[in-house]
Amino acid sequence: ASLDNARHLSSLLRAVHFQDHATCFATNNGLRVTVEDAKCIQANAFIQAEIFQEFAVQEQTVTFRINLSVLLDCLTIFDTSSLPGTSTALKMCYRGYGYPLMLFLEEGGVVTVCKINTQEPEDLLDFDFCSTKVVNKIILQSEGLRKAFAELDMTSEVMQITMSPDKPYFRLSTFGNAGSAHLDYSKDSDLIEAFHCNQIQTNRYKISLLKPSTKALALSCKVSIRTDAQGFLSLQYMIRNEDGQICFVEYYCCPDENITEEM
Amino acid sequence: MRFRAKIVDLACLNHFSRVVNTIAKLAKTCTLRLTVSKLYFILSDKVLNGGVGMWCELNQGNFFDEFQMEGVSAEHNEIYLELMPENLSRALKTAHNAKAVKMKLTNKHCPCLRVAVELPSLSSSSRIVTHDIPVGVIPRRLWNDFREPSVPDFDVSIYLPALKIMKSVVERMRNLSNYVVIEANLSGEMNLKVETDLVCVTTHFKDLGNPSWALEDGCQSSQDRDPESMAEARIDIRKLQQLLAGQQVNPTKALCNIVSKRVVHLILLHEDVSLQYFIPALT
Repeated sequence: ASLDNARHLSSLLRAVHFQDHATCFATNNGLRVTVEDAKCIQANAFIQAEIFQEFAVQEQTVTFRINLSVLLDCLTIFDTSSLPGTSTALKMCYRGYGYPLMLFLEEGGVVTVCKINTQEPEDLLDFDFCSTKVVNKIILQSEGLRKAFAELDMTSEVMQITMSPDKPYFRLSTFGNAGSAHLDYSKDSDLIEAFHCNQIQTNRYKISLLKPSTKALALSCKVSIRTDAQGFLSLQYMIRNEDGQICFVEYYCCPDENITEEM
Repeated sequence: MRFRAKIVDLACLNHFSRVVNTIAKLAKTCTLRLTVSKLYFILSDKVLNGGVGMWCELNQGNFFDEFQMEGVSAEHNEIYLELMPENLSRALKTAHNAKAVKMKLTNKHCPCLRVAVELPSLSSSSRIVTHDIPVGVIPRRLWNDFREPSVPDFDVSIYLPALKIMKSVVERMRNLSNYVVIEANLSGEMNLKVETDLVCVTTHFKDLGNPSWALEDGCQSSQDRDPESMAEARIDIRKLQQLLAGQQVNPTKALCNIVSKRVVHLILLHEDVSLQYFIPALT
């Protein structure tokens, strides 16, 4: 694969970088990078083939596990984020099972070659979250949520999300040392682009698992929040890159089970 | 032993502060050598034992408006002081608007470098902030420890790439490994390589140019050298990163001498300051 501007890839990968390891899937459609933690949360970054200047996959799917921290250090080796107007050109090659991932990065005549060892892909969670099972769905402009997420009371163990056809419509709550905090969004608010709530649902999620999604939120222009009957949460972020192309990052999260209810 | 100096010009003061800041980033403690015409900041961490060496030379006339120095004796008209450059750096931080900065060697209770910063004030009397920086006077018998290191019989001498790019690359490589291999040849090529179990990263710099003195008969070992052949040294990446991170201004000339598998000698030249840094190679 080749990319004129490595930032198109590195900024998206940063948005899912909350663990050292990630699994990469390459198909004809593009690249998907998945990061998981504690069997409760999964983040996926999708970079379609169209974003790349060149994207070719020999087999149906190519899968490997890689150290995401190392990959990001390599992709940002020239740190051009601090120099506006310049960008690093990238070429990636993967020969197959057992081979390392090769990266060729070029910036102003200087070339860096990276060879990153890959590992066996591990089994990943399948949240089985499909649109037909969605109970509630809200699409908001990200700027509305950014401040809320940046200021989350981290002394609270959970974040509670309430979605309802009646008041309070959409509420984010935390229960921390200083007390509980509630942030309400009215369904008529300008920030809300779509509001489809059929029944009232209140779910709690471990705040430490959701905090990394703030990175994706910061990059995005829109976010869709969906829950299914079991309370599984899907956050989908629409991200526009420097060239105006659209990419998606998704976070899936299990609801937090109360200790007493655990089986 | 007497020393008095004064800086009045704001540009000179800022320049001097920047130099001191750079030194402070490179060494916790170092030696300040004062002669009639120059100041030197010296670190000679016993390069033989794997420590780094630093030699920074300033022409006093380019910085100070007044400079009076009387050394240990007429025969040895120099002063050697041990100090923590961070203390001097901090004192100068308060001086960014100053009307004048005076420095004086005193010995009230113990030897100190007294830095008096005269700040602008609305009233007729000026405000003076004084910092007393403790110093150690280094006796003459130890002066030999601080001689200027001779330029080593290097294998390759090459100009460094743009420090900004080098700094960024080295910073990222620092996350990957504690060691980096620097290699360069007489065809203007330099590579930085990091190799661990997880990853190998090599950055290739081209068309850097080699200083002409490398090709003169001054240095025998590099004369008969194949221009493509690389001289290499494996060094502690943190030392290199410290040097690059401390650079606040782009040098007029920056070059690097490599003695294969022994030492990397970096020279950064500004108009009125020269900084040499020696990093030993590790096996």
